[in-house]
Amino acid sequence: MARAEAEVAKSTGGVVKWIDDRFPLMETLRYHVTEYYASKNFNFWYVFGVLAFVVLIIQLLTGIFLTMNYKPSSAEAFASVEYIMRDVEWGWLIRYMHSTGASFFFVVVYLHMFRAMLYGSYKKPRELIWIIGMLIFFVLMAEAFAGYLLPWGQMSYWGAQVIISLFGAVPVVGDALVEFIKGDYAISDITLNRFFALHVILLPLLLVGLIFVHIVALHEVGSNNPDGIEIKENKDANGVPVDGVAFHPYHTSKDLVAIIIFLIIFSAVVFFAPEAGGYFLEHANFEPANVRVTPEHIAPVWYFTPFYAILRAVPSKAGGAALMAAAVLLPMFLPWLDKARVKSIRYRGWMYKTALTLFVISFVTLGWLGLQPAEGIYVTLTRIFTVVYFAYFILMPYYTSIDKTKPVPNRVVYNA
Amino acid sequence: MRRARQIIAVVAATLLTTGAFAAGGKDYPPSNIDRDNIQSLQRGAANFMNYCSGCHSAEYVRYNTIGKHLELSEQQLIDNLMFNADKTFETINVNMPMDDAVTWFGAAPPDLSLTARSKSADYIYNFLKGFYIDEDQTHGVNNRWLAGTSMPHVLGELQGYQRAIYDEKVAEDGSVTRTFVEFEQVIPGQLDAEAYDEFVRDTTNFLAYIAEPVRSERRKLGVWVIMFLTVFGILAYMLKKEIWKDVK
Repeated sequence: MARAEAEVAKSTGGVVKWIDDRFPLMETLRYHVTEYYASKNFNFWYVFGVLAFVVLIIQLLTGIFLTMNYKPSSAEAFASVEYIMRDVEWGWLIRYMHSTGASFFFVVVYLHMFRAMLYGSYKKPRELIWIIGMLIFFVLMAEAFAGYLLPWGQMSYWGAQVIISLFGAVPVVGDALVEFIKGDYAISDITLNRFFALHVILLPLLLVGLIFVHIVALHEVGSNNPDGIEIKENKDANGVPVDGVAFHPYHTSKDLVAIIIFLIIFSAVVFFAPEAGGYFLEHANFEPANVRVTPEHIAPVWYFTPFYAILRAVPSKAGGAALMAAAVLLPMFLPWLDKARVKSIRYRGWMYKTALTLFVISFVTLGWLGLQPAEGIYVTLTRIFTVVYFAYFILMPYYTSIDKTKPVPNRVVYNA
Repeated sequence: MRRARQIIAVVAATLLTTGAFAAGGKDYPPSNIDRDNIQSLQRGAANFMNYCSGCHSAEYVRYNTIGKHLELSEQQLIDNLMFNADKTFETINVNMPMDDAVTWFGAAPPDLSLTARSKSADYIYNFLKGFYIDEDQTHGVNNRWLAGTSMPHVLGELQGYQRAIYDEKVAEDGSVTRTFVEFEQVIPGQLDAEAYDEFVRDTTNFLAYIAEPVRSERRKLGVWVIMFLTVFGILAYMLKKEIWKDVK
C-alpha cells in the first residue's frame, strides 16, 4: 500500500495534488477502482450487476430527454408520446430505448438476483448488500409501475386500476389508502401528475441513492465469487488477495466486452422489434386511455406477471394481495433461511440444487401463467407453482441444514 | 468452452420461451403486405384519402411526412392527397363534427393513426374484406371480424356485396353454435376479387406505415449500429485478452 501511495504522489502533478489536499480523489479511486480486488474467476453470471448499472444510465439519460417533450396531463399525455415518436428529432430512438430499457432492467436484475442465489452471495457477511438490493428491487418495481401510467394508453390506465385497487385489501385503512394514492376517486389527471412526479424525481433519487449504498457496502466486504470463497482470507505480502485482480483494468476490460454484447442484444430489440411481440410495448397501449371501455384482457407487463399470477391464485382479493406481498418480501429473508455451511452451488448437495431448479421453473412458469386468462387449467397450474415458489423459501431452513455439502477448496478454481 | 456452452444454453432457453410467448393472441389470415413497396404505399395513400379520410382522421400524421417517405413532391401531395388541408405540415383531420357522427352512425369513427399497432395490420386487412349483408343491422351490413360494427360498407361499390354462410349446429340442449364457412358474392362490384384484394392490401399497407412512419429508418440505422458494436466488441475482446494474459 505504502509503495503504491508513493508512486501516485510522484506521478501526479499540480492539479491532482491540489484536489487531493482538499478531497480524497486518488484515495477514493484506489479504494473503489484501481485497488479494489475481486476474484479472477468471475463467470457469465457476474456481468449483470454492471449491466444493471448500464441500463440505469440509459434510463436516466433517455428519461431526461423524454421529460423535455412529454406532457403529464390526461388530455395531452398520449398525443405528446406520439409527438415524440413522430416529430421530435431522434424522439423515436429515445423513446424506444427507454421502453426497451424498462424491460431489460428487469431482465438483468432478475439474472443478477439469480446469481446471488446460485453462489450464496446473500450469505454472511453480505446480508446487508442483499437487503439493500431487495430495497432497490422494490423501488424499481414502483418506478416501472409509475412510468407505465405515463403514456396514458388503455393498458396504462387499466393496469394501474387493477394494481392500485389491491391496496384496498389493506385492513381498516384500505379504501382511504387507495384514495390517497390516486389523489382522486378515480384514476385521473391528478393521478397522472403525481405518478409523473414520483417517476422522474422521488423514485430515481431513491434508486440512485440505494445503488450507491449497495456498492459502498459491497466494496466494504468484497465481492463473492463462483466458489463462495472469501479471497481476503488469503493475501500476499502486499496485502493483496492472491485470487483477486484489480477492478481496473482487469474487470473493467472484461465488463466492457459484456457491455458491448449486451448493447448488441439491446439494439436488436430497439431497432428491429421494439414492441417485442407485444411484451415490451403492449398492443392495447397504442389506444388512448378510455374510462368507458375496459380492455377484454388486462395483463400487467411481463416483469410483474409472476407476482400477478400468485395474486390470482387465491380466490379472495385480500388473500391474494397478502400472498403476493409475501412472495415479493420473502426473498429478503434468504440470508437467515439458508442454513448451509457453504455458499456456492458448486459445493452444495442435491437437495439445494433440486430446490433451486424447481424454484426457477416455478418462477418462469408463473410469469407465463400471469399472462393467461385466470380460468380452467391455468388456475390449477398457478396454484401448484405458487406452492412450489413458497416451498423453496419456507422449507429452506430444513433442506439446507440436512443437505450433504462438499468440502470447499482454499483457492478459487481458475483456468487461464 | 464450458462457459460458451452455458451462454448458448441461456440464450436458447430465452429464445424458446419468448417464441412460445409470442405464439399467443388472435390469429387472422395474413395480409402479406410489403412495407418497403413504395408504389403500394402510394396507392394505399390515395385509397385512404379517397375512401377513408372523409370520416376517419389520422391526427398524428403530417402530410409532409408522408410526402418525404413516399417520395411525393409538395405539388403531388396538394393535388392528390390534401383534400382537407391547406398546408403540408398539417395533420390528417376530418371536417365532420364527431357529435353528428355519433348521431348518424351510432359511434364516432375512430382515429386510424395507430390502428395497425393497436389491432394489427392483419386485422385491418381482414376487417375490410369481412363485410357481409345482414338486414338486421342499421347499415344493412355486418362484419365477420367485428360483430355489430357501426361502420357502413364504404367499399361496397368496389367489392360488391357478399353473404356469409354459416354452418349451424343445434346441440341437445337446444343451443346453437354457428361456425363461419365462407363468403358468397351476391352483388358484383367494380373490382373483381383479385383487384379488390390488392386494393385492400395497399390500403392496409398505408395504415401500417402511418402507425409507425419511422419503421424503415430505424431498421436501416439498426444494421449500422449493430455492425459498429460488433467491430467495437472484437477490439474490446482483444484488449481484454491482452490485459488478462498475465493472470494465472
